[in-house]
Amino acid sequence: MNLAFAPSEAHSELLRQNLRAELLRFTTAGSVDDGKSTLIGRLLHDSKSVYEDQLASVKKSRINRSSGPIDFSLLTDGLRAEREQGITIDVAYRYFATARRKFIIADTPGHEQYTRNMATGASTADLAIILIDASKGLLPQTHRHAYIASLLGIPNLLAAVNKMDLVDFSEARFLELEQAFGELAAQLGTANVQAIPISALDGDNVVDRSERTQWYGGPTLLEHLETVPIRRVVTTGALRFPIQYVIRPDANFRGFAGQIAAGTLRPGDEVMALPSKQSTRVKAIIGHDGDLAEAYPPMSVTVTLEDEIDLSRGDMLVNPSKSPEISTRLEAMLVWMHAQPLQLSQRFLLKHTGKTVRAQALRIVHRVNVSNLQKEPARQLQMNDIAAVELQTTAPLFFDAYESNRITGSFILIDPISNATVAAGMIRRPVAENATYGSPVTLAEREMRNGHRPAVILVNDAKLAKMVERNLFDDGFQVLALEAEAVSRDHLPKLIGMTTEAGVVTILSGVTADAKKLLVKHTEDSSSFFDLSSINSTDDNEVLQRVASLARSLRNLGDANDI
Amino acid sequence: MASFSEVVLNGAPAPNVAEAAPTYGERRLSHLRTLEAESIYILREAVAEFAHPVMLYSIGKDSSVMLRLAQKAFYPGKIPFPLLHIDTSYKFPEMIEFRDRYTREIGAELIVHQNREALAQGANPFALGTQKCCGLLKTKSLLDGLAEGGFDAAFGGARRDEEKSRAKERIYSFRDAAGQWDPKTQRPELWNIFNSRIDKGESIRVFPLSNWTELDVWLYILLENIPIVPLYFAQERDVVVRGGSIVVIYSKDQLLPGEKTQRMKIRMRSLGCVPCTGAIRSDADTVPKIIEEMIQFRRSERENRAIDHDEEGSMELKKREGYF
Repeated sequence: MNLAFAPSEAHSELLRQNLRAELLRFTTAGSVDDGKSTLIGRLLHDSKSVYEDQLASVKKSRINRSSGPIDFSLLTDGLRAEREQGITIDVAYRYFATARRKFIIADTPGHEQYTRNMATGASTADLAIILIDASKGLLPQTHRHAYIASLLGIPNLLAAVNKMDLVDFSEARFLELEQAFGELAAQLGTANVQAIPISALDGDNVVDRSERTQWYGGPTLLEHLETVPIRRVVTTGALRFPIQYVIRPDANFRGFAGQIAAGTLRPGDEVMALPSKQSTRVKAIIGHDGDLAEAYPPMSVTVTLEDEIDLSRGDMLVNPSKSPEISTRLEAMLVWMHAQPLQLSQRFLLKHTGKTVRAQALRIVHRVNVSNLQKEPARQLQMNDIAAVELQTTAPLFFDAYESNRITGSFILIDPISNATVAAGMIRRPVAENATYGSPVTLAEREMRNGHRPAVILVNDAKLAKMVERNLFDDGFQVLALEAEAVSRDHLPKLIGMTTEAGVVTILSGVTADAKKLLVKHTEDSSSFFDLSSINSTDDNEVLQRVASLARSLRNLGDANDI
Repeated sequence: MASFSEVVLNGAPAPNVAEAAPTYGERRLSHLRTLEAESIYILREAVAEFAHPVMLYSIGKDSSVMLRLAQKAFYPGKIPFPLLHIDTSYKFPEMIEFRDRYTREIGAELIVHQNREALAQGANPFALGTQKCCGLLKTKSLLDGLAEGGFDAAFGGARRDEEKSRAKERIYSFRDAAGQWDPKTQRPELWNIFNSRIDKGESIRVFPLSNWTELDVWLYILLENIPIVPLYFAQERDVVVRGGSIVVIYSKDQLLPGEKTQRMKIRMRSLGCVPCTGAIRSDADTVPKIIEEMIQFRRSERENRAIDHDEEGSMELKKREGYF
């Protein structure tokens, strides 16, 4: 498809390198004063990516917040308001290149609206640089940044341990921070982690190897960026070809245009169309400069098919033996991006691949506290909140889990009144749709909504029962503490039967020995009956710990896709 | 008869250079093919979702690349939208000639819009200053041209690497009913999912080349053998040196009192209006030589554009008013 040029000229090697270069997209995250702008300015400057006139304009600027002759952060602060206030307002994109790779940096501010902005920058990134101030160590923001990077599916983390000059380039300090960050990354499930000791201000280990870290044998920051394997999140081997546009120049040609999201496409391949489920074969992959023998991600192509089938924008061509999930109900992680909070009654437009459907949030499964990564219950979501949410759409979506495909697993929510983009969504799984209008609500549906099975837990005293109740409630459980004395012995099994049928975890205290016998006799499912009243410890913690592990088993509804 | 592409390239022949990356065998796209795929996706997405798209055609190298991408995106169909050129009347004559011949050759529909009222009143950069002149002949003319055509989406060839305020621009840049950009209320833009919802009178500027750099544009011109205006190639031309910049002279009417022309081997790095676009001294008369020169020579391409330097942040101010 390319012009057949012969590389004969003296400069062809330079050109060849540039034509061959790969693309790495990365994002940067740091707190205010971590030196993020300085690092990017330094990276651009030392890799000789800053134009002389731009550098001259920085040198003559009225503002210099650094101690050296050049305030590198000025190279990246774009807007007037930012230069005046010394802050970064929004995601900014920077570009630089070396002989091996071209780089796109999504530079996101570390303070206000950090979640919204960082999620935006992270959505297309292959790597995240997370800045750590060597003199301060890991901060709550570090957890936040690493979590958002993992949530958005970034496979590579680079911990830039900055301001090493402030800790006298101490190896011990670096190793301590490297280990702490490694543990955090492991907890988040990010496989590829590299920590590098740097000083952005002085340039140590950014582009050039530092004399002051003789003990460090790893790559400089730029070396790592140039060599880290580019792994994109496409583990779905099967074909996913969302139809973006139908090209019909005349009655004889009907081409289906789109960008390949997963798998490969070749002439003769059997493909299935969704939602019609009609199968046919690929006739040709049409190119402007001749037909192609093969297409794969992220190519934008046009295909023709052997048979006339029903196919238009928003539909998808897939591998017939490995279909994506097809559902009108799904659970997704949402990043809420709008000042108006999410309300469960609200209606949205949901845009997923080339398809826009109406949608409603059915329930907030839990909200994630990004400072300690704990799950908490929530009734609404505020700007920058991250939560697992169950959504109902008016037409089925064809999707994969976000962790296996970033394109078929992602969507945005749009407010149909203001037209604002209010949320970004990463699909976790389809949710069963066995509830039909007018039919009784089943226990299975309650379990699906609650996210756990019901149970009965016996404990010694009422005070402990209330503590257990509080812990489980805060963890998002439907829970009720009951004192057995309040009910007559014979009514107790019936009452417990009702709370169990309602899907509730019941914490029962003050049960006499014979009431217990009666209860056991009436309990149909012994796997949801837990007697902790025999624990005679003076320390309540033992009971609370047992309950915590019990609670985890109750959450297991047959799919282990929790965070 | 030779095709137009050959005519242009014959003036400055592009030597043969292979695209070395065996992209299909390794199933890995080079960065240029990755950018190409992204741009084609953006073009198709906007055409699928907007009722009346248009492409702002500035005749420059970026427009040439954007046009080629549009041809590819809708092949074997024709480009399914018109091209709109905002003609200030101060463009280089070679640009107008190229515009008319090339758009005819590829069968594109061309709309030319001018602010005739302002021109009738004698608007020019010397009398008004560049800010005001651009405001009338470019920004106002653009907004009027878009309104006249009832366009709800306009493709532009702007790149984020051109200028600091452009670095914060979205691929889909929302503009209110007055065409204005508000950097603080931009819609978040994640993955490749674009929000195309607008109310009546509002519009979206769509930038398919957002992630391309100047070098990428030139490499792609080489790879795809894309025709460009001959002014990009170095040649002996009549010029004057005015206020530190090299201005090309076509007739004695352009000379200010006391000025004398001289011959100089120069080329244009970006194309704008004759009085406000400086040339650079250069021997680069082929695309590979231009690329070579650019890799070595570290000055931004807009340096020679007077409009960006009137005051700090002047591009940002113009964008807020509705400029691209």
